[in-house]
Amino acid sequence: MGRMVKWGKAWLARRGISGETFACYLILLPFMGLFFLFNILPVLSSIVLSFFDYDMVSAPIFTGLDNYVRMFTGDQVFLKVVGTTLRFAIVAGPASYLLSFFLAWMINEFSPRVRVFLTLIFYVPALVGNGYFIWQILFSGDSYAYLNNLLLSFGLITEPIQWFQDTAYNFTVIMIVQFWMSMGVSFLANIAGLQNVNTDLYEAGTIDGIRNRWQELWYITLPSMKSILLFSAVMQIQAVFSISSVIQTLAGYPSVNNSVDTLVSYISDVGITRYELGYASALSVFLFLMVLFVRYIIGGLLNLVGKSDH
Amino acid sequence: MARHRQKYQKMQYRRYTRSRAGNFFFFFILILGGLFMVLPLFYCVVTSLKPLDELLIFPPRFTVNRPTLENYRVLGALLSNLEVPLSRYVFNSLFITVASTFLSILASSMAAFVFSKSKIKGRKVLFGIVQAMLLYNAVTLAVPQYLIFCKMHIIDSYLAYILPAIPSSVGCFLMKQFIDSNIPDTLLEAARIDGAGIFRMYRSIIMPLIKPAWMTVLLFGFQAMWSAVPSGTVVSEELKTLPYVMSSVSAGGIARTGSAMAITVLLMIPPILVFIITQSNVLETMSSSGIKE
Repeated sequence: MGRMVKWGKAWLARRGISGETFACYLILLPFMGLFFLFNILPVLSSIVLSFFDYDMVSAPIFTGLDNYVRMFTGDQVFLKVVGTTLRFAIVAGPASYLLSFFLAWMINEFSPRVRVFLTLIFYVPALVGNGYFIWQILFSGDSYAYLNNLLLSFGLITEPIQWFQDTAYNFTVIMIVQFWMSMGVSFLANIAGLQNVNTDLYEAGTIDGIRNRWQELWYITLPSMKSILLFSAVMQIQAVFSISSVIQTLAGYPSVNNSVDTLVSYISDVGITRYELGYASALSVFLFLMVLFVRYIIGGLLNLVGKSDH
Repeated sequence: MARHRQKYQKMQYRRYTRSRAGNFFFFFILILGGLFMVLPLFYCVVTSLKPLDELLIFPPRFTVNRPTLENYRVLGALLSNLEVPLSRYVFNSLFITVASTFLSILASSMAAFVFSKSKIKGRKVLFGIVQAMLLYNAVTLAVPQYLIFCKMHIIDSYLAYILPAIPSSVGCFLMKQFIDSNIPDTLLEAARIDGAGIFRMYRSIIMPLIKPAWMTVLLFGFQAMWSAVPSGTVVSEELKTLPYVMSSVSAGGIARTGSAMAITVLLMIPPILVFIITQSNVLETMSSSGIKE
């Protein structure tokens, strides 16, 4: 053992690696090793597999760009689920992002104790994870269910609505449930960021002629928490593009006419149920590129914050 | 007294920038929003307290006339004739949650220390990858991960839950940002002069000083693992978790609604408690979470 350590030290010294550098690599290893195994390796294998036809039984066959061509030319469901995913992203994304900021901003006006209480209230739905099935009871399709019964008794509708099946309503209903759960990490980050804005800046602002809270928000608060806003945007983008289990629980998979199926649900269907791993991998690569693209657009937009027109 | 005055002076700016109409508007929005957030959970608690005859009233009511703990008491009997005793599910959930959270705190804090304070080659690239993975979707990782589990022969074991939960990119990211903004280089420099090595610095300086960051990883780890439902990677009944039991109870139809709600309420309590305990530390950590470009 002693000889091995000695030999190892000599080997490191020959390569010009100091003991300290070696120690650094050593304590980085547990995290990076597992990170490589369960995150990087799956991503890399997705990229490689996306050029193959593979069903887990027979050997993979190289098919070049066929999987990607199939996505855009031969797969009606794909085009539909991408449309739905983008629809969710465009409506729920900015709305829940702005909401998570504005709620945090309003909560920040209160004294610390009230603030903790309000934070808990708004964070609880995201905190408890799988509470969303409660909505199933409120929105059930028969005439006895809560909402239908209420609407029937007021005479607003004449027959019960199948909230999760009717394509006229299911998108909106799921959006409501999604909103309910969307005050997560980004909401907490916004609250924390707001508390850390230097209060001297506000005082200086009033002397410099800031007259209402909206001006204060635009010229002082937002610019001083730009980096937090980017972090919370990243978390919110990730969340909004991965909406799937909520929808699968509430509307089932596949939903009526694939009306509310998202890309993530479709990927697990193709990969896990149909064993078309090559095609599923190509779909995941496409999803990641799409998310990355959105993230850099938001990063660019946030750079405009706090700038005046004149 | 002096501190009071200082605080009062600091709030002076509000006199000029806060209109009464605006305050009223804020109050109104917060009450509406708060009700929207809490009512479904409130309904869940109320239903869990309803006796059977009130459960069967149509339409369901938002209130309970004669609250009872019967649904909670029945839960014990209901779950005693499962294939596997309830205590096993409780143990499974607790065990995977505690083990993976603890190991995750350890591994990600060590990595975050190196990312933040060392000068080794490749650390920026590696951290860049960790940061990019914040955007990657966990569901799409499932298929290739399954292949890796097969190769490692850890399908249908505790390791299938615990190992992939350890390298959390959010956890490592938050810890690194926290170390960046809270631990000055001079502190470590002084320790180095006193002859402390990397391990010593990690144990005696980093670990105690980043308590808020590990409380944060604790909250997120707990939250994720407590609601973990076994996917295809775990099939044995004796390795399944509490949320799985919950879904089997709620599949029992209308007569079991009360019990299903009761177990939901019970499962909601631990994460809420963990949040109440950790919240001030979590907020402290989040305030250094910004991404600078």
